[in-house]
Amino acid sequence: MFDDFFIRALVAGIGVAFVTGPLGCFVVWRRLSYFGDTLAHSALLGVTMAYSFEFNIAISVFIISSVIALILIQLQRKTNLPGDALLGLLAHSSLAVGLVVIGFLTFIRFDIMGLLFGDILAVTVNDLIIIWAGGSLILLVLKLIWKPLFASTVNYELAEAEGLNPDRAKAIFTILMAAIIAISIKMVGLLLITGMLIIPAAMARNISDNPQKMVLFSIIGGLLSVIIGLFSSLEFNTASGPSIITASLVLFILSLLKIKQSIQLKN
Amino acid sequence: MGTNSNTLVKLKNAGYQQNDKWLVKGVSLEVEKGKIVTLIGPNGSGKSTTAKIALGIYKKFDGEVEKYTNKIGYVPQKVSIDWTLPLRVRDFMVLTESLKEEAIDEALSLTGVVHLKHKNLGNLSGGEFQRVLLARAISKKPELLVLDEPVQGVDFTGEIALYELIKKISEELNCGILLISHDLHTVMSATDHVVCLNGHVCCSGSPSDVAKNNEYKALFGEQAAQTLSIYEHNHDHVHSNEGEIKKN
Repeated sequence: MFDDFFIRALVAGIGVAFVTGPLGCFVVWRRLSYFGDTLAHSALLGVTMAYSFEFNIAISVFIISSVIALILIQLQRKTNLPGDALLGLLAHSSLAVGLVVIGFLTFIRFDIMGLLFGDILAVTVNDLIIIWAGGSLILLVLKLIWKPLFASTVNYELAEAEGLNPDRAKAIFTILMAAIIAISIKMVGLLLITGMLIIPAAMARNISDNPQKMVLFSIIGGLLSVIIGLFSSLEFNTASGPSIITASLVLFILSLLKIKQSIQLKN
Repeated sequence: MGTNSNTLVKLKNAGYQQNDKWLVKGVSLEVEKGKIVTLIGPNGSGKSTTAKIALGIYKKFDGEVEKYTNKIGYVPQKVSIDWTLPLRVRDFMVLTESLKEEAIDEALSLTGVVHLKHKNLGNLSGGEFQRVLLARAISKKPELLVLDEPVQGVDFTGEIALYELIKKISEELNCGILLISHDLHTVMSATDHVVCLNGHVCCSGSPSDVAKNNEYKALFGEQAAQTLSIYEHNHDHVHSNEGEIKKN
């Protein structure tokens, strides 16, 4: 059944969407979209490391992204630079270093476009195992830290005062971010991963009045984006990442119409 | 004040500094089961800071904090909730602890806002939000309640009713309460022990003792104390504008 590349891509994309749905909500709530971008940019370095040492791409990306996240936390503590400047510094320098390293790896032929924007042809059965096993693990851990993470997203001091240990939840969440980027890089590409996190969640925000509903709609939005995006990618021969993100944008625009409608109903 | 089995939280000579400036210094106090301790003092006197030291929100503080409970309900002075989060009153009630539907309704009824259960938190008025905050804090039946200006924005009759409720809660749950208020009058009847702060502990004791105290009068003006007492004694220090102590 997984012989067909398209079926593999579809199964992989669906697995990714289940995880980006809830994580994306937290990215929106905690204003972490640029942080996600930074981790995603650093993923290029992870990919080059994987090629250099003939290592698994997902694991290599996960390690490099986690290291970048740790460096960021250290820089935030030790410098007086604002957070967004530090994020920009890390995002662009890790992207640049990644590209420079690629230049040195003349013995390997790189599909840079595939790395940046995703390549459904590249999804192997091995990738499927990593996406579904890794994705399940991410969701399980997220479920375990949900209460402290969510409470501290609403109000840090309440969570801390009532003994929920929000700092630990935040650290674990950072690792989960690195993990989702690692498993979804082949599908969506590193330039567009944050879009996969944010756009379905933003769409869900427009049509939800409580957090559970927003998570549910965010997952549904992600699934629809993947399915619609991949079919059009096949049909029009476009890269998988941009097709998926464009589909999610269309869903977002439709959710705006719903808002307009409900405002009109109220008046 | 010796530590006994009724002690819930105890501060010994606690202080906290931020950017090399002491926000509060040398605070010792103890909250016991079934007792209400009230912190009073002018703006910037370190009331909220003291509460945050007691709660463990500030990690790098001076002195010692002994805490004998983890069942804590907290009403912060300022709660800014980001409206990128769709949140109903009901969702907010179960933020730090899972509750049964009846427990949610009971707490919201006590503070008189059960009709707002399915409303979006962002659409509440200041007073309504304050009642929801209080309901959330008491719903988990805590052993220690820390209430930082819990009735701000609540209308006058509501204010009295809420203070009565707080008193009732402390009796029913036998929980200790650390209450912060800038107005001694309204908390008079409810409180067991008053600590008057102005960067340090100015005076402490029973409400009537504190009302009689000259430093309290110096902080809050003669009028505030007049109706309660004409007792007088000498200052041993005054405060500069920066809150520093100058000995007479």
